[in-house]
Parts: sequence; C-alpha cells; structure tokens
Amino acid sequence: MTPFAKLNSPTELDALKRKAISAIQGCATRVLVCGGTGCMANGGPAVLDALQKALEKHEVPVRADIMREEDEDAITIGYSGCPGYCQVGPIVRILPADYFYVQVKPEDADDIVTQTVMNGKPVDRLLFKDENNSYAKRDDLPFYKDQVNVVLADCGVIEPGDIRDYIARDGYRALAEALFGLTPEAVVAEVTESGLRGRGGAGFSTGRKWGFTQVVQSAKKYVVCNADEGDPGAFMDESIMEGNPHALLEGMAIAGYAIGADEGYIYVRAEYPLAISRLRTAISQAEQAGLLGDRILGGPFSFHIHIKEGAGAFVCGEETALISSIEGQRGMPRPKPPFPANSGLWGKPTVVNNVETFANVSKIILNGAEWFRSFGIERSPGTKVFALTGDVVNTGLIEVPMGTTLGDVVFKIGGGIRTGRPFKAVQIGGPSGACLTEEHLDLPLDYDSLKSVGAMVGSGGLVVMDDSTCMVEIARFFMSFTQKESCGKCVLCREGTKRMLDILTRIVSGKGKVEDISLLEELALTVRDGSLCGLGKSAPNPVISTLKHFRDEYLAHIVDGVCPAGECESFKAYSIVSEKCKGCGLCAKKCPVNAISGELKSPYVIDATLCTRCGVCAEVCKFDAVVLS
Amino acid sequence: MEGYITIDGVQTPINGCKNLLEVIRASGIELPTFCYHSELSVYGACRMCIVDIDGRGIQASCSTPPEDGMVVRTHTEQVMRIRRMALELLLANHHGNCQTCGKNTRCKLQDLAQKLGVKNVRFDELNDVLPIDDTNQSLMRDPNKCILCGDCVRMCKEVQGIGVLDFVGRGSDVRVSPAFGKNLKDVECVYCGQCASVCPTGALTIKSQTDQVWKAINDPTKTVIVQVAPAVRAAIAQAYGITGGEHAMGKTVTALRRIGFEKVYDTSFTADLTTVEEATEFLGRVAKGEKLPQFTSCCPAWVKFVEQFYPGYLSNLSSCKSPQQMFGSLAKQYFADNESVERESLYVVSVMPCTAKKFEADRPEFAVEGDPDVNAVISTQELISMIDEAGIRVADLPPESMDLPFGFKTGAGIIFGTSGGVAEAVLRLAAAAEKPTSKTAPIEFREVRGLEGLKEASVTLGDKTIRLAVLSGLANAREVLERIQSGEAEYDIVEVMACRGGCIGGGGQPLPNDMQAREERKRTLYDCDAILPLHNAADNPYIKECYEKLLQKPNSAIAHKLLHTGYRSRRRIQGEDLELTEEQTGPKTPVSVCIGTNCYLRGSYDTLRRLIDKARESGLAGKIDFRATFCFEKCKASPNVQVGETIYGGITPDKIDEFFENTIKPAAQGAVKAETLEV
Amino acid sequence: MAQSAVLPEKGSKARRHFSRIQQIIEEYGATESALIPILQKVQDEYRYLPEEILTFVATALDLPPATVYGVATFYAQFSLEPKGKHIIKCCDGTACHVRKNQTIINAINQRLGLAPDKKTTDDHRFTFEIVSCIGACALAPAVVIDGHVYGQTTAQAMVEAIDKIEEADKAEDAQ
Repeated sequence: MTPFAKLNSPTELDALKRKAISAIQGCATRVLVCGGTGCMANGGPAVLDALQKALEKHEVPVRADIMREEDEDAITIGYSGCPGYCQVGPIVRILPADYFYVQVKPEDADDIVTQTVMNGKPVDRLLFKDENNSYAKRDDLPFYKDQVNVVLADCGVIEPGDIRDYIARDGYRALAEALFGLTPEAVVAEVTESGLRGRGGAGFSTGRKWGFTQVVQSAKKYVVCNADEGDPGAFMDESIMEGNPHALLEGMAIAGYAIGADEGYIYVRAEYPLAISRLRTAISQAEQAGLLGDRILGGPFSFHIHIKEGAGAFVCGEETALISSIEGQRGMPRPKPPFPANSGLWGKPTVVNNVETFANVSKIILNGAEWFRSFGIERSPGTKVFALTGDVVNTGLIEVPMGTTLGDVVFKIGGGIRTGRPFKAVQIGGPSGACLTEEHLDLPLDYDSLKSVGAMVGSGGLVVMDDSTCMVEIARFFMSFTQKESCGKCVLCREGTKRMLDILTRIVSGKGKVEDISLLEELALTVRDGSLCGLGKSAPNPVISTLKHFRDEYLAHIVDGVCPAGECESFKAYSIVSEKCKGCGLCAKKCPVNAISGELKSPYVIDATLCTRCGVCAEVCKFDAVVLS
Repeated sequence: MEGYITIDGVQTPINGCKNLLEVIRASGIELPTFCYHSELSVYGACRMCIVDIDGRGIQASCSTPPEDGMVVRTHTEQVMRIRRMALELLLANHHGNCQTCGKNTRCKLQDLAQKLGVKNVRFDELNDVLPIDDTNQSLMRDPNKCILCGDCVRMCKEVQGIGVLDFVGRGSDVRVSPAFGKNLKDVECVYCGQCASVCPTGALTIKSQTDQVWKAINDPTKTVIVQVAPAVRAAIAQAYGITGGEHAMGKTVTALRRIGFEKVYDTSFTADLTTVEEATEFLGRVAKGEKLPQFTSCCPAWVKFVEQFYPGYLSNLSSCKSPQQMFGSLAKQYFADNESVERESLYVVSVMPCTAKKFEADRPEFAVEGDPDVNAVISTQELISMIDEAGIRVADLPPESMDLPFGFKTGAGIIFGTSGGVAEAVLRLAAAAEKPTSKTAPIEFREVRGLEGLKEASVTLGDKTIRLAVLSGLANAREVLERIQSGEAEYDIVEVMACRGGCIGGGGQPLPNDMQAREERKRTLYDCDAILPLHNAADNPYIKECYEKLLQKPNSAIAHKLLHTGYRSRRRIQGEDLELTEEQTGPKTPVSVCIGTNCYLRGSYDTLRRLIDKARESGLAGKIDFRATFCFEKCKASPNVQVGETIYGGITPDKIDEFFENTIKPAAQGAVKAETLEV
Repeated sequence: MAQSAVLPEKGSKARRHFSRIQQIIEEYGATESALIPILQKVQDEYRYLPEEILTFVATALDLPPATVYGVATFYAQFSLEPKGKHIIKCCDGTACHVRKNQTIINAINQRLGLAPDKKTTDDHRFTFEIVSCIGACALAPAVVIDGHVYGQTTAQAMVEAIDKIEEADKAEDAQ
C-alpha cells in the first residue's frame, strides 16, 4: 500500500472521505472474509486464499488498492473485522448485495466467484438456515434481528487494514469536529450529557471521569486504554481492536483533547496478537495521514499513541495495577485515593477507559448526546456488547441496547439451549460476576439492575449453562482463576481466595463439612468488604451468588454425597455391568480396599461404601465391564 | 489540611495530619497496622487500619487523606469482623512456633491476635516449609513467618536505596526474597538491619551471637572484655525506663560485670581516637591537595555500600578503622603489652546498636593470623536478652564506672552515636585547634544535628571554610554521591550513617525503633555530652597517654598499622557468568569481559563486541571461550578483561586492536604469555 | 549494530542472544518502563529468562536485580525455566471450561507424559500450559499450538496434531 498523504486540515479530511466513498461505491463488489480470531482459527485464511485464486482463474479484475478508481469495475477482496457470529464461521460477506455466507470452505470459492461475484446471485447452500428458513442478508438472521449495532456497526463491514475504509464511514470526522469546533470543556460536557458509563466494569460516568482529569492543572497528562480484557469468556474488546481499530484510536485522541493530554497508551494483552498487529498498522496509517501524531490535521493539537503489551496478569485489568505495569513494575494495585485522575501514570493525571468505552466516543461527538440516549435506558444509555458463549445455540458477540432482558438475549438472540436440556443459569461478568437464574430471565441487563441482584456487567461475558453444569464446580472454577490471578498484595484477597478455593475443592471432591458453608460465606463477605482493589472485592461474587441461588447444590454435595448435575468426578461411582462381567475375579484381586466381591464365573459387585474410586478395577478389566457413572 | 473529623462520635481536629490513620491515632485510638510506617510509602495491604467512613464505606485509613467533616467509625461490627478474619488468615499461614521464635512477645502478629481476640483458626495448617537463610553473620530470614506486609522491601528500597528484597511470584505463592531466591550474603545486602527493625514478625531477625559470648565467659582460659557503643546507652535507658544515658550506662556496666565480663570499656573512647585520626587525615588531605571530600568510615554498612556501588570513591573513604575495630586492635595490643594476655586468650566482645558491625568484625583484614580483633558482636537487643537470661534487674542495680583507660571518653565520642556526631566532633577539634578556649566549655555545631537524612553546613574556622554534608539513610547517600559525581555538589567532609538518624536507630536497637524512639535517643546522647566534663576528643587525657605510650602521634606509622585500613571493590551479586560460546571440542583460551555496572558504563559491551569481531576476523573464534562476567572487583580499572588467569584493566574499545594482537592472539595460539597491562 | 557480532558458526546460540540482548535494550531504551517489553523480547530469543541475562538487564537498566526478578516472576508469560520447542496452550476460559476442556487437558498431558507440575517434556520438544482466556470463546474449547488456534477441538484431534508435529520434527532431525 502506498503511504498516505498527510492531511493538513478538516477540509482535506472531507475531501479524502468523499473520494473514498466514491471509490468504494464505484467498486463493483466487495468480498470480505472475516478476519476475527475465531474465523482466522477456523480456516479463514484458506478461504481468502481460495477466493483470490478463483478470482484470478476467472480473470475477475481485483483492485490492488481500494481507492484505485480507474479500475471501476474491479472488485476488492480482503479481511473484515469480526461480525460477531463466530459460531458459523468462517464468514464471507459480499457487498453491496449484502450476502452473508456461513461456514465457508475453500472449495466454495469457485461458486462464490462464478455465481455471486460474476452474476450477482447468492450461493444458496452457503446461506444461513434454520429449520424453516434460509437467510440471505445479515440483518435477517435470527442472531442479528434483535441486535442494535452502534459500536460494532462498522466491524465486519470495513477492512481494518485500510484507514480510508474507516474514513469513508465518517471516520475521524468526530475528531476533526472536536478539534476545530469544540472546546475541551464542550467535549467533556457532551460525553457527560450522553450518560456514557465505563464499559469495563463498575460503570462509572465517562464524562465525569474526564472532567476530574481535565480540571487538574498539569503540563503532562495521559490517556490510557485498558485493553487487558482478561475475563475468561469475554472477547468484545479484542473484536473491536481487530475489526475497527481506528474507532479506538479516534476515541482516545478525542479524550486526549478533552483532558489536555498529548500521549496515550493502549495496554493490550499479549494473548491478542492479531489485535496488536491491527492496532500497530492502524496507528502507523493514522500517523501518516496526520490524524495522530504531531499537529493533527494541521491544528495545534498533538497526540501520540503507544502500545504496551501485557505479560499475562488478569489483575492488570485493574487500573492502578495496569499503570504499575506500564511503568515496568509488578502489576500490583495501589490504594485509591489518589485516583488516576489526580495521580496516575508516572504520577500524572490520567484517564483510564476500556476499549468499548472509547469506541463509543466518536459516535457521541458526531451524533450528539441526545442520539446516544435514544438507545438503552435512562440511567444506562447506549448499547452494550456481550460475548455470548456456553451451552447456547448461537455463540458469538452480540450488541444490544442496555436494558434488554436476559431472557431475550438467551432465547431470542442466543436461540436457547444447544443441548436441549433445561436452562440452568447464566454467568455474567466473569470471575467478578455472578450467576443469574431462571428467576432473572426478565431482568434488564444494565448497570443498576444487575447491581441490585449482586451481579455486574463487568466486561460483558455471558456464559450460558444447562443443567449438566455443577454450580459448586463453577464457583470453584472461578475461585481457582482469581486465586491464581490475585496479585498477592493484600491479605484478604491473597489468603482469602486461597482458603475459599480450599473449601470449594473440598466440597466438590466429596470431603465437605457442614460448617464449611458458613465459613465460606463469612470468608466471602469479608473478602468482598475488606479487600484493597476491585479484583479482591469482586472475587467472592461467584461464591456469594451460587450460595444464594444454589445452596441446595452445596448441601447435596456435603450432606447427601451427590453432585446433582452429575459433573463432579468424586461423586461418580464405579459399578460392574453384570451382562459384561465374566466373573474372572481379577478386579476383586486387584482392588486395594477389598471393595469388590463375588464368586468366580458369576458377576462381581462393588461395595460403593468401601470404594475409594481409584479406578484400578476399570483398568484391569479385560471386558470393559467396570463403568463409571 | 485543617478542620475536624468525627471519630466514633467525637470531633477531632485534623491538625495537619497527612492521613486519616494519623488523625485517628492522635485521637487516642491505637488503630492496628502491619504495613504502615510513617517514614515509608503507603502500601495499604494489611487491611488492619480499615474504618467505616460515612458515604464511602470500608476504607483503609492509611491511604485516605483526611477531609473536614468526615464521619468515621473505627470499630463497627463489620470492621472488627474484617480485622479478625485478616488476622485469622495470616495466622493460618504462619509458622507459629511462638515460644521459640526470636520475636516472641515482641511480635506484632502475636500481639494483635491477642488484642483483637482471635481465639481459634478455622483453616487447615500448611505443610510446606521454605528454607531459612542464616548464612550471613548479621541477619536471619525465615520466610515461613513472613506476612508479606512489604515493610522490609520498602525500607530497603526507599530509605536505603538498595532494593535487596522484593516480592516474588504472585497470588498465594508470593514471597519476599532477594534476587533469584539467593541468600542475603550472595546479594547486595549491606546488613544495616533496618528491614529487621520494621519487620512485624520473626521473618527478619538479628542473628544472635550470645551463645558464643556465654561460652567465652564460661571458658577459664579466656579473658573476656567488652566495649559498649555510644548509642547503646540511649536505647538501654529507653528500654528499662531509666532517666539519663550515663546513668543507664552505669547500671549496664554493673550488669555486664555481673554477667561475667572482666573489663567494661566504652567505644566512645575509640570514637575520640577516631576523631583525632580522622581530623588529622583530613588536614593532611587538604595540605597535600588529595582527593576530597573525605567520607567518614565508621559505618560498616556505608563502607560496604561504597565498595559495591561506588568503587570509584573508595579513596575518598577515610582510611580510619571504625571505632569498634580500633578498639579491637588497640585492646589486643594493650592487653598483650600491659596485662600479659596474649591475643588468642583475649576475647573482645562489642555491644553495638548495629547488625552490620557483626559483618565488619568478620572482615578478614580485621584479624591477625585468623584471630579477629573483635571476637563477637552482640546487638543491644542481644545484650538485653543476655541480661534477661541472667535474671538481672538492671533498673535496680547501682551504677558503676567503666574500666580505665578505655572507659574514659569526652562528649564528642558519645555523640558519634547520632547523625552529625562525627562531623561535630571533628569540627570541635578543628575549632579548638584554631582558637583554644576553656576545655570544659561546650562548643556546639547545631547545624549538623537532627534526624533529617540530608543536612548541609558550611563552617568557617579562621580563614578556612569547611563544607559538610551529613547524611543518614543510604538513599540520601546515593543521591548526594550522584550529585558529587555530576559535579553539582562539592563538599570537604561527608559524614554518612546508613541508618536514619545514625547509630541510635541502628538495626540492632530494641523495638520499637521508629523515628519517635530515635528522637528520644538522640536527646539522651546530647544530654550525655552536656553533662560530661570534656567535649573535645583531643582533650581526652587517655588518648594523649595512648599516643605517648604507643601510637606516637596521629597518623604515625604505628597508628596506621593499628588504626587504619583499606577497602576493595565488591561484586554486587554472586552468580553465573554469561556464556558466549557454545561447547566445542579442543582446548580453548578463556576470555572474560566484565559487564558489571562500572565496566558496562565505560563501554565494556563494545569492548566485548570488538573482541568477538577480531576473533572472527583472525579465524580464532573456535579457540576462544568468550564469557561475560559481572564483576572482577577491580572497578577502578574498568573495563576489565580476563585472559586465562590474568585480569587486564582499562581495555577500552580503542585499545582492542593492540590488546588482541599482543595478548589474546598469542594466548589463543597456544603461547600463553601473560603480561600485565594493568593501568 | 549487534548483527556484526554474530560469529559465523551456526547454532552459536548464546553469542547470538547476547548481542541481541544489547540490541533489544538499545531498541527499547534503558528505562524501567521498558523492562517488561525487554523481558518479552529476551524470552522470544531464549524461550525463557536465564538468571545471568536478567542480571545483565538489571545492570543495564540500573535496577536492583531483585526488582527485575520480582517482575519476571509476576507475569504468567515469563518463564524462568527453559520451555520446549513447541508451545501448546490450552485455553481455560469459562466457555472452554463449560464445554469440558478437562478431557482435552488430560489427553494432552497423557500423550506427552506431563502433569500440572511438569510442563515441559524431557526432550524439550513440547511445553504444555493451561492459559487464561485467549478470546476464542465462540470456538470453545480452544487450544493454541505454536500460535495456531485450534477451535472446537477434541482430545483426539489434539493427540493427532501432536503426533504430526513430532513426526515432522523427527524427520527434520534425521536430515
């Protein structure tokens, strides 16, 4: 790609935009292969490769550059960002016809080229189908029908690797308007007025946070993007960075202008190599185009963005820990106050927001606070991206207005339970979150409603579980995660999570004591109330919420000696299938605790009260007569 | 900040306190803490000082700035529950062999568990035991007792500017440890013991030598004598509630005799001797135009610090031995000459406020044919435990005088125990020499007094102006050294004590050893000075006698033999060298290039790179085993290169060609011919 | 600059890396905030962080070695033990856990003769780690082998993938 010419004024940006629109509109067909982590892993690159070869074979002219207007009839082909429906990947979209092909294989390339690209007709077998219908266009799919895309609107439509595709869709216009039409105070006021709340956790007002930082007098300030999306089961920030990296950069630059910062850091997990490379490309293109760096669009404002790769520590999602990590130290949270707004990175006033929050900013500046408030509900305006995963039919990224009910998400968008078994619970907000159950299906998903039932939006992971999932085991799983990820600084989190994990492990391995429940509860409440940082304060949530909604399951493990979901290994018992047993007696001979008895040549039996579940019998049996159930 | 805070319903003035914890403590509530120390940064990890603030909920008071109108409750049910749980969790994870622990009865964990009513621990005990580090002379580290409050880490990093200890790992695996899990003796520890002073539990304690001392006392073939450092009396007075340092010292003398020491002497005597020797050395340097500033050398932690981090300034260190070591060598000589007690039979014990003195006494240069000048060093803490072991009630004892001649001192010797004391002693001597006055009239230089870590003064005596810096806390020393190095600052005399406030706050002093305790001890020492008849070291009649009978005159040859010493560069950290060539068959010439700090800064990396290039160009790459090493302890001559057994200094990149041709090439070609290029 | 210091012998690992370390330090700057990126790069070179290299980095950055060691042991990405040639990472995010990745973990451990406290094979060919979410939740359960994501995978598929890598490796070794 040729280097971009530096834009020296908003007018030049406008001109480029018009040029880009006309070039892209003049393009006969755009073939977009999903370049999100999911589809890339699922064979996306092979599909792109096959498509390119098929185009060559059929001598379809392909533009080397999306802006090459002289190739008027030529088509473009490239990676798009993630359209969210990872379940059915690899996805190929054809614009402007807007065909949405799912589970595309390299061998489908020829048909796509001959039927769709050359003749404008859809390839029926590649369209999404359910039992009744076949769907040609994206927005008709049941998965998308109830979604409202603000943040993800451009993801999956533009090529993240070309800044002009973003510019064609109003990219960087918000920045230009802010820099040349608004005072920093006005920007802060607009964002405050929009009611945007931080999308990464507790939901603090973004505008107010900026306001606190703006009023602090300091020659140096920083904007930090928290892209350390560590919640297991959440990948919306990854998707935005991969699919629309400029939206993040533009949001950060606007924040920089608003608070008076000239430098920004994106702290991104090293586990997201694709997002990192897309961001690097995007930063370099924006710098070439004069949209980042010194004297943006020829004006007085300069803003530089650096990428810092995380090194594998969930706690660095906590803003003060993240700051320590950027400074090159152990990612240990610091006590607040002082808040980053006063003393953040290298002691300078700092705004820390997450990816999705910044990605909303340009839309707010462009369309106004009023427009933003038209989505969602009064106290939680806008939309929220959730990562819908687990035992649900449709998995992927979804974006819905704040306040959409849990039931709609699970059953309308998610399509219900994949396994056909009964719905049991949804785990929301990852290791800091809580479990919601059937009684919460009408609960609106927004900051305050979730808080009222002891849950939190967190980063927005929604893991749906059917009745084969043991809730004590889920609590143990999350506790083992937070325990490993605790920085070890404050006593309650370090020692408390370890002890909670001990107790939970004891319960799921059938060694629980009745008094464990009250001790666990006391510990959970104490760690929640007394810990130093957000990680510790929220670490007990999975325990508290499962104890609240599924106490019976805990008791069943401890008192009745069963795991009702049938998941916990320790509660499974070995037995001998009498039809298969030849009565050889080998198992009885090898059993270390003499739990097996019987007479030669007739079926043997295992005494479950004596059995220690060592599994030797199953191993030695030559007839597969010993089973675990 | 001014205004009022309502604490448990009582209006309390903020009075400029820097955090809520201090306001609450000032109001008469002893809020518990493990990780809060006013002289260290706020850490917020122990969760003991949490309170309930209206509108904010549970907050750590140490990290909360006080605000007018705050309403705070310090012992709600919830707050108490959290504190007790935090303690229960710590106890569950703690090797609680309290009765035999060095911190028994002085352990904060034990104390708070008792005070806050933690009656049982409902969690399983842990079985894994981590190794104890007792491989150095000064300090013991038992990680099994560590509660990870980080006090030692911050003390070493923030106040001492060294950072020997840090956190390792994360989650419940976090430990406090020197780099790479090494022992303290293999890293940059200067043994100041300030970490042990702030450690709330038995995780960092002083390594005791009381057993050796008891053994010597009970050995009929030994004559056991003891010297007591100036700062000890102030701590003893405090610990036993005795008014007046000399009064406390008198009672201690009686106690020491009852314990079984044959003679009791005062290190303040050799402090006077140090003043005379050091002042003479200073005047000599000025007269000869030698390197200034002259650094004091009484503090062994500071000396090791310079040896490790600033070897370029070794020649600035006064060559005087510390008062402890002057006493040792003088006593061994004196007893052999006058009391017919041979070196080997004389057992010299020091009572020191210091843990680094144990290391100092063990330095090989302070021994004659393996017999150390000072045989054992016990800290003030250990003296107290010996007194307790013997069942002696110090406060009830009648005071006795020290033995002569080494028990006689001037006030100048006494103030060696506090920061500024050495500088003032030298100034007094110089001032009196300049303009003789009455011997008993006090001469004071108040500008160098006080616990501040960085004091500067210019004193004009006659036509001379002496520029002084008086430093305590090695972080301050580092800062000033950097300024001297950059030419920003110039001094004639720099007094450095590793511990904040000087020896009164030494790592061997009884606990609490906080700034408040140090302030009181400092006053005690200046009071001692005031009541003693003489204030100028040069007026000490026994010092004069000493010169007449043995030492001839200050800085004489015999004085140099007995009272002066030398220093050496020290490798900061022990460990593996960097291997630069893969194992190949056939004999190879080892060539090591130092990439330790000093050599690295003087371009040793380029030296190494050029050497490797040369090796490749001359086809000798396979014959040479290149290694990068971290220190040859010859930092003055950096960059250093070792070929075979010989170390060559000053091998800067521009000398590579010559050096390679003349030295490495012949060696690699089998003609090992070592010739010294040492510069 | 440091490339010139590379000796011609192939496989002269240590020397190449030493030059690289200095190059890396120069690239990122000898400041504390560059410590983590420097360690990441060093680990790329070595597949782990050797003690003497950490001491060298501490010297160059003027940091106490204990601080550098503290940082190196804090982050999961860093290893103070040599890792294998091939790195297998099993995602243990919630989605993967709910979709029962434990069977895959067991199978891989069994195939390689590894256990939770033994992560690298004796021949240093494979390291198997259980990592936090890699963000491929919609493809759960997911495993990453040498940077390639295997989505919706199974125990059997993983064993086969490992067999293949080992075969290819052995063929290469034989040449």
